[in-house]
Amino acid sequence: MSDLEVQAELAVRSSQSFRPRRLGVAEGVAGLLALLLLIAAVAPQFLAPGDPLVIDPLAAFSPPTFAHGFGTDESGRDIYTRVVHGTQYSLVIGIAATAIGLGLGVMLGTLAGMLGPIVDFTVNRVLEVLFAFPGLLLALLFILVFGPGVATATIAVGLSTAPGYARIIRAQLIAVRGAAFVEAATVLGRTRWQILVRHILPNTLAPLFVLATLGVGQAIVWAATLSYLGLGAEPPTAEWGAMLSAGRTYITSAWWMSFFPGLFIVLTAVTATVLGRSIDRRMRHA
Amino acid sequence: MSATAALTVHNLRVGFGATESVVNGVSFEIAPGECLAIVGESGSGKSVTARSLLGLAGGNARVQADRLDLGGRSVLGLTDRAWQSRRGKDVGLVLQDALVSLDPLRPIGREIADSLRLHTTLGAAARARRVVELLDAVGLPDPAQQVHKLSGQLSGGERQRALIAAAIALGPPLLIADEPTTALDVTVQAQILALLEQIKLSGTALLLISHDLAVVSRIADRVAVMHNGRFIESGQTEQVLGSPQHEQTRRMVAAVPADKPRGSRLSPLDSPATQTVPRSPAPAPNATEQGEIVLEAIGLTRSFRRPDGSRQLAVDDVSFALHRGSTLGIVGESGSGKTTTARLMLALLKPEQGEVALFGRPWSSIAEKDRRGQRPGIGAIYQDALGSFDPRRSVAEILADALGPALTNSRGSRRSPQSLARLTTLLDEVELAGTVLPRRPLELSGGQRQRVGIARALAGRPEILICDEPVSSLDVSVQAQVLDLLDDVQRERGLSLIFISHDLGVVQHISDEVAVMRSGRIVESGPAARVFAAPQHPYSVQLLSAVPRLLG
Amino acid sequence: MAEPVAPTDRSGPRALGRLGVRLGGAVFVLWAVASVTFFAVRLIPGDPAQAVLGGPGSQASPEALAAVTAEYGFDQPVFTQYLVQLGRLATGDLGRSYALNMEVGPLVLAQLGGTLLLAVLALGLAWMIALALATWSTRGGRVAARVGSSLEIVAAAMPHFWLATSLIVVFSIWLGALPPISTGGVAGLVLPVLTLAIPLAGFLGQIMRESLMIALESPFVLSARARGEGERGVRWIHALRHASLPAISLSGWAFGSLISGAVVVETIFARPGLGRTLLNAVTLRDVPVVIGVVMIVAVAYILMTLLTDAVSRLVDPRLRLS
Repeated sequence: MSDLEVQAELAVRSSQSFRPRRLGVAEGVAGLLALLLLIAAVAPQFLAPGDPLVIDPLAAFSPPTFAHGFGTDESGRDIYTRVVHGTQYSLVIGIAATAIGLGLGVMLGTLAGMLGPIVDFTVNRVLEVLFAFPGLLLALLFILVFGPGVATATIAVGLSTAPGYARIIRAQLIAVRGAAFVEAATVLGRTRWQILVRHILPNTLAPLFVLATLGVGQAIVWAATLSYLGLGAEPPTAEWGAMLSAGRTYITSAWWMSFFPGLFIVLTAVTATVLGRSIDRRMRHA
Repeated sequence: MSATAALTVHNLRVGFGATESVVNGVSFEIAPGECLAIVGESGSGKSVTARSLLGLAGGNARVQADRLDLGGRSVLGLTDRAWQSRRGKDVGLVLQDALVSLDPLRPIGREIADSLRLHTTLGAAARARRVVELLDAVGLPDPAQQVHKLSGQLSGGERQRALIAAAIALGPPLLIADEPTTALDVTVQAQILALLEQIKLSGTALLLISHDLAVVSRIADRVAVMHNGRFIESGQTEQVLGSPQHEQTRRMVAAVPADKPRGSRLSPLDSPATQTVPRSPAPAPNATEQGEIVLEAIGLTRSFRRPDGSRQLAVDDVSFALHRGSTLGIVGESGSGKTTTARLMLALLKPEQGEVALFGRPWSSIAEKDRRGQRPGIGAIYQDALGSFDPRRSVAEILADALGPALTNSRGSRRSPQSLARLTTLLDEVELAGTVLPRRPLELSGGQRQRVGIARALAGRPEILICDEPVSSLDVSVQAQVLDLLDDVQRERGLSLIFISHDLGVVQHISDEVAVMRSGRIVESGPAARVFAAPQHPYSVQLLSAVPRLLG
Repeated sequence: MAEPVAPTDRSGPRALGRLGVRLGGAVFVLWAVASVTFFAVRLIPGDPAQAVLGGPGSQASPEALAAVTAEYGFDQPVFTQYLVQLGRLATGDLGRSYALNMEVGPLVLAQLGGTLLLAVLALGLAWMIALALATWSTRGGRVAARVGSSLEIVAAAMPHFWLATSLIVVFSIWLGALPPISTGGVAGLVLPVLTLAIPLAGFLGQIMRESLMIALESPFVLSARARGEGERGVRWIHALRHASLPAISLSGWAFGSLISGAVVVETIFARPGLGRTLLNAVTLRDVPVVIGVVMIVAVAYILMTLLTDAVSRLVDPRLRLS
């Protein structure tokens, strides 16, 4: 299993005990947060008019005050401004990594599910091997080969999530292919191509949106972890993981340098989880 | 009688949360050695009534009653702990399917021994001995070996016996059986009913909960008909089922298909969705003047690979012929090969030997490419209607798609007036209102789903319909409406039907010809009237004698 | 279908055969992991000997380069190199780290114990937290279920590095209760284990709570209650056993994610172990060490999957039947 498969499994399970109802409080809050995060990513000036990179040595290491809500870092940069402006980095990296992982996963999963038992067997063995590099190990191996940096970290995260996506897609494809409504379409005299295009693919790919939402949260955490370890974005870039990495040196004196960027990572990940599950339930019970 | 009653209930009311009551003032008594049956359709409140008697209606249930006595002692307002000491000892419960009603992770012996562990001081060895005795008493063969098995390793009948053994382990004066035979094959059902009757005769009071009037009539002394949380009628079994007074009871009795002649109506004509004109009387089945053969099975054989690699014959040398305008009923218990036969007819499976001929031409042996053009001539109706619809599509899309891809674009939304007219005609024919069109199958009731299923099957103007258990997951009154509908469309369109079912009553009602299947073979076939009146094969005889009949 | 399930053969040869298949699969995965790493390393641009010695930026002496070229056979055809490498791995020879100037095999083995201890403790603690949370939140009505579920989702979303930092700030800096650096001793283990266990408990807790709720509403629980079984019996004899099954099968994945989390945790708490060794090696491009760690992790992961399987079969007798 991969992190993603666990996430997807949890989403499915939580929707089993779900009774359709009006929009819940959690969903409302998550929706609002998602909106704020999107604004922060697209138009950060709107929420934080300052410059995330401008230094002000006189105001260095200020704890959270009225002027600096989240405090300042070692060069006096405003943490709040940096966190808001960092949203763009984190979201873009997260979305790009998810796109890579999902793209590769869909390709592998579809090949395995459609091209017959030999391809299926081969792809399955390949996935099995990739799963023997748990978590970040595949990403670390990739970085070993291609060197650290934002681009490699993004691709590395994408690659290491791909096997998970592939396995989910394959399982979904096989389940849909054996569904009673596919047989019913055969009885109506539809061709294999018609059935594939009109029934199998739409029903296989429908959960992708949910997967992608859950996956973006995961990818952001992983990309930030790589940055934190010094293998992705580097300080003073206003990327959340890199900000935490910079804050590590001053952890005894300036806790706010680490706390707030991390809080935003957690909020983003929780938002992704809650929204992903909410969409999943609504699709199932629509 | 009330002094010795095993159970006395006065004015029982049960509600959940803020919603209105599910049970509205129900009163009854059961004497030792007596069987009262509560009969009702799904949602009538019968299961909630049963569970309230054990204090198990659920955490958020409000249970009130003027009187609720188990074995002469009141159980009103008992604490959890007090309830625990009475459950199992004063009252036992048997649920529907023992596969899930016994813990699937534990050997059946352990489950049964639990009752003894909770209420007696017997040691482990003594409990083990008692468990074997109990299993022997409920008629489980070779009980000493079976105690170590999981419920999944036993057959349906065997594990139902084990479940009953667990419920009667302490000899409770009252046994509540909630749909105890619903998941079982008819011959097994007869055995379990006999076992329950034997328990009743030994002096235990039996409360039987069921949707099936025929099952009830077999062992109940008295019947109470439940509808919307009330008893609308109760009395001696023969009286209630023989001359029902209440409108709803009359409907339920009328809806039972067994022994109702072919072509007679099972549901009242005044149902709101109905717009059909009064029908002509059913054409008398005429055995001498059969139509041409439209679909024929010739020596069909098909096997499947078992998990261990060996092959199991699912269908073994099966032959039959379907005549134009008639209905061929195929009846058999689970695992008899009925569904495989249906799939062979629909050419979803290839026979290993033999041939299916459609209108006298090869059907199963030709390439799918050549078959596709003829597929509209043969429609299918499935047991699981919901599963047979693409969950992403609305009823309108499903039906428009079935009417022909040419009539719709990929979403089925931009419909021409002509196709809309055909859609409406189709809906009229299955007596559905146009309001269902934008809905998804998940939002429909079971009966509506099956009507949509029938409409889809009719869309291609077929001459043959293959119906695989089309009514087995429906309530009896809905089943009656669907059976009537099938009868109507057959008459109006001159359809030929293959009707597959485990339910002999349904098959008897709808078929002209019958084939009885067992272990992949047809053991007997012939005109329905003849087979049901004078079965020749021992298995048919056994099967027919096991069928519960109203007042049979 | 109410077909009786045929009594199954649980005799020796069959079990041996199954074990053989599993071992064969494990050997295949190990071979493939070795091959992937071998060819991945060949993808590093430039002279492979240079790469082994720390990449293009390093100032390797010509003698060192020559020694590496000879040792790895870089002057041989690639396929020969591959076979030689496989042969060495098969005999347990993981090569030599030039950055650390020592044999990789003993180095990695020395680090393995600390990481395993961390992972096992964290897995155990996560199970306990998850179990407690699931039990509590299915008992306390709707509010408890909401609170439990929210706690689990937030816990599962916490990145290790942030959780570790926050724990250090609170427990080491503000309260001064626990050391921020995990040198020997039990006190030093508390924060790293907590860091790894909390997010994992979030995942395990969610899956346990959902399956516990389903189990508590299932007919066999109703039957047990009707027999007079109390709440405690219902949970301990029936429901929790069912609820633990999906969490057990998740534990293989959990172990993998713990190893990956150890990279972060060992770095932050300056604790010796496989994760920190791996990160240092990746940063220094110490290729033999990276390969060594990856191989060891793959072996551990495969063993853990087999173990998870065995535990599942122990808890669920149905799995032993077919």
